[in-house]
Amino acid sequence: MVATEALKRTGLHSLHTELGGKMVPFHGWELPVQFSSIINEHRAVRSGAGLFDVSHMGQVFVEGPGALTLLQNINSNDISRLKDGRSLYSHMLNQQGGIIDDVIVSRIEKDRYLVVVNAATRETDVAWIRVQAEGLHVEIDDRSDALGMVALQGPQAAESMKALCPEAVDLVRFGAMKLELFGRSAWITRTGYTGEDGFEVICPNELATRVWQTLSARGASFGLLPCGLGARDTLRLEAGYLLYGSDIDADHTPYEAGYGWVVKLKKERFIGKEALEKQKSEGIKRRLTPVKLLERGVPRPGASVMLDGAELGTLVSATFSPTLEAGIGVGYFDRPDLEAGTRVSVVLHGREVPAEVVNGPFYKRS
Amino acid sequence: MPDPKSSRYMKSHEWVALEGDEAVIGISDHAQREITDVVFIDLPKAGRKITKGEAILVVESVKAAFDIYAPVSGEILAVNDAVAQNPGLVNSSPHEEGWFFKMKVDDVKEVEALMDHAAYETFLSSEASAH
Repeated sequence: MVATEALKRTGLHSLHTELGGKMVPFHGWELPVQFSSIINEHRAVRSGAGLFDVSHMGQVFVEGPGALTLLQNINSNDISRLKDGRSLYSHMLNQQGGIIDDVIVSRIEKDRYLVVVNAATRETDVAWIRVQAEGLHVEIDDRSDALGMVALQGPQAAESMKALCPEAVDLVRFGAMKLELFGRSAWITRTGYTGEDGFEVICPNELATRVWQTLSARGASFGLLPCGLGARDTLRLEAGYLLYGSDIDADHTPYEAGYGWVVKLKKERFIGKEALEKQKSEGIKRRLTPVKLLERGVPRPGASVMLDGAELGTLVSATFSPTLEAGIGVGYFDRPDLEAGTRVSVVLHGREVPAEVVNGPFYKRS
Repeated sequence: MPDPKSSRYMKSHEWVALEGDEAVIGISDHAQREITDVVFIDLPKAGRKITKGEAILVVESVKAAFDIYAPVSGEILAVNDAVAQNPGLVNSSPHEEGWFFKMKVDDVKEVEALMDHAAYETFLSSEASAH
């Protein structure tokens, strides 16, 4: 086991301990995997609201007259479409079209952008961005260590948000705002990783506990729960969101992951464009495919998926879906043509359990 | 109902509550917290002869699958259908409603050789400090 003293703690660490959070190591951070129960936390987010500490995520500010040129070059999505106060989801690619990271880019104002990156890739991302920024009039400011981040998610998220920042309730989906919170600079986006309405609040580490407690106090009346990494993973997998390092990495492209919509080939240029144009014209040879178990059982990452007695591939993410009350997973299969309804099986404890290919996502809010 | 204080324990966190030459087996409160939400349990069949240390059933939680081992040798007399129907009982009531099976014990000395509650508590704290 990794020595706990080597792990980084977020501004919410002592609050998590007080709330009975079960702390685990996660990409160099000590974070709660659950507070009460993964399933209860999951259901709270689907029916009411939940709070997540996502302070491990990185916040990189990109500012200057060259900011847009840089961001257009390193992103598959079209950053020029962003107006002030808007965000979008994008992939940063290598020359081969492989995914370096998946990010949320927000335009705070002209020539001022915020890029939220994954914890595990933060350092390589920042190094990559700096290399690509050479010769451009742009400043890269990685403020991840000073900033915390709280995600408020669920159909009642907006109700809770009124206690912290009533103006944020007017944000549209993928809206973004900069504000003063308890006298300090903070940012709120209407984004999330659960498939529900919600907000992500970025603030100095020292304020994270106050932000959390303000939202939590308001949410108590409609069942808001503190949530851990366990529920975060079941929620995101149901909603069809990708987990970097499991579902996507530098060896897989957005097309293979079923995220072609983040690739804007009409852009004049971006890193990876030529490789993706080629892949698009030739067709993908493998596809991240959602699979649902038809009998009881909980698939785990690494489980083999079989079609007519031959292995199709293995699951890269898999779990029990509290909403469907069934085992679900996604895996790369060398059969991008497989249609929804195709009967397959998943090997669990040496036994083939019947399953079927489905159209993602597993869950869509009504 | 089994009393956690008078039950015996394995290092793999099963509890054994002995009454005469019959024993009820479940997992400890500590174990259910480590395992997290249990969603499936495959119970064995009554009448099966089991040997101490043998993997008897699998408990599946949201996070992982866990083998449950026979704490002693004997024969399975009955299984808890309620926990198969509602696996969350393992989390909500690990020492009572969340039991797995009842068995006839070949040799009650095998049960007495397991850790008592105080020894199990000591074992848990030594495990915690080793991490």
